[in-house]
Amino acid sequence: MMKLVFALAALAALALVPAFAGPYPLGLGIGILGYGVLATAWAMFSGPTRYISLATVAFFGLGAYTVAVLADMLPYPLVLLVAAFVGLVVALIVGLATLRLAGIYFVIFTFGLTELVRQLVTYYEVNVTRTLGRYVFLPLGPEHIYWQLLALLAATLAIAFWVSRARIGLALRVIGDDPVVASHLGIRITRTKLTLFSISCVIMTLAGAIQAPRWTYIEPSIVFNPTTSFLVVIMALLGGPNRLFGPLLGAVPLFLLFEWLSANFPNHYSIILGLLFIAIVFVLPNGVLAAGDSLWSRLTRREARP
Amino acid sequence: MTLLSLHNVTKRFGGLTAVNGLTFDLAMGETVGLLGPNGSGKTTALNLISGYLPLSDGSITLSGDAIGTLPPERIAHRGVARTFQLVRALPSLSVGENVLAALAFRKSPLWGQQAEAQIEALLADVGLSGRASQPADSLTYIDLKRMELARALASDPQLLLLDEWLAGLNPTELRAGIDLITSLRQRGITILLVEHVMDAIRALCSRCVVMNAGTKIADGPTSEVLADREVIRAYLGDEHA
Ligand SMILES: Nc1ncnc2c1ncn2[C@@H]1O[C@H](COP(=O)(O)OP(=O)(O)OP(=O)(O)O)[C@@H](O)[C@H]1O
Ligand SMILES: [Mg+2]
Repeated sequence: MMKLVFALAALAALALVPAFAGPYPLGLGIGILGYGVLATAWAMFSGPTRYISLATVAFFGLGAYTVAVLADMLPYPLVLLVAAFVGLVVALIVGLATLRLAGIYFVIFTFGLTELVRQLVTYYEVNVTRTLGRYVFLPLGPEHIYWQLLALLAATLAIAFWVSRARIGLALRVIGDDPVVASHLGIRITRTKLTLFSISCVIMTLAGAIQAPRWTYIEPSIVFNPTTSFLVVIMALLGGPNRLFGPLLGAVPLFLLFEWLSANFPNHYSIILGLLFIAIVFVLPNGVLAAGDSLWSRLTRREARP
Repeated sequence: MTLLSLHNVTKRFGGLTAVNGLTFDLAMGETVGLLGPNGSGKTTALNLISGYLPLSDGSITLSGDAIGTLPPERIAHRGVARTFQLVRALPSLSVGENVLAALAFRKSPLWGQQAEAQIEALLADVGLSGRASQPADSLTYIDLKRMELARALASDPQLLLLDEWLAGLNPTELRAGIDLITSLRQRGITILLVEHVMDAIRALCSRCVVMNAGTKIADGPTSEVLADREVIRAYLGDEHA
């Protein structure tokens, strides 16, 4: 109960930020919220299963593109709904095709998928609609985008919290530990993975849809930028993908760090990102906070011994 | 009444026939030993029954229903539970969560407070009282085996498949283990027991099925089977027969 009051108070305080913040800090706030949503949604599926998905930006981009295509034709709330639906359909198709893959094959497939989606969208735009870029004119200021993302983040955290307490969350953890045991205990593996993968992907799609009006001009190379997928993995793994607030806590410093890096070292940015990705995926797959935890418990255990 | 029935069950791995035309029945409530030298196909037979491996040939029925083509989760929901020769704990879960994982996804699932009470009772049964909150990966090998049995029992099985569950126990633990399995038998659980420990087989099994190189070579009352010349030859080589 106390926690809920505290969470609501924090939410209210964050909702007031646009009233005080200037355009630059508000832009940073939007970036942090956007990546916070993506990292939390990513961890909801990839934390327990340890499936490193690089498809994040495929869904993010699909969301943004749906808004770009439909913004003139449908009322905005309906556009968001359609975007969520597009995300769901693609997630189900991708899920059924890939969730039997494991380890590095899954990583590569999801990376390839992003490229495939980008190429398909490009092909469609060039050959069918004969446009490549699109303009998004929606009467939504940065503060509206900020509030929508804040609401999406709150919803995402609530869903992640619910999943962590629910049977389906336990099922996913069992599958992540040992799929053979999971199936022998009566867990329906494909259904469980598909459900949580879809929830996670729909959230990512919405994150892209909500942020679409920020760009004004959208083209595939902007919204399907694979860097986003890598960054999300680093954030979630750094903060700890199996904690509710872990991915969000990873997103805040890393977003700021990468903003600074891309502004000051635009040529070395990708190299630094790549090295960080490798280091975190291989050295600290459970997150920096978890590593700190286990170090802490090792130290305290040692002290407790006579 | 027959609970489990294997008919002409065969499993080929490429050129190797690990289980070859295996046929036997288990009556309801029976405890049967499945014996045989290393590599004779015992574990493979259990893997076929539990649905872990697909059959190459033959059929398996449980209470008269064909289960040979069902996936493991469907077979589990029909009341088949097992342990693994190499213990398969869920290492990132606690001991209690390992058991909860079975309670929560069985045919008639338990969750929440009802499950909590059951977890403690099941852990007490296997000698792991009060250890529910401990991380599973902190247990010793023997305790992991206990936990795995508690997990199998949490599925509320009518048929329990044990793959060398008593292997590696010291004499005191072995006696406790035999008592534990005896108590399961008294609860009416049908048990198929893959085992090398002869004392345990004599104490627990009224009947034994013996395999050699994938084929059944004996099936009958334990004392007769263990005295069978072909069984002795399979286990010990020609000169002892
Ligand atoms: N998945 C597999 N792929 C290929 N060969 C296998 C596989 N599983 C088992 N085998 C082979 O099948 C044969 C029977 O193995 P199995 O494990 O069933 O024997 P076992 O009777 O349980 O032996 P042990 O007493 O050593 O446990 C062995 O030759 C083994 O190498
Ligand atoms: Mg074996």
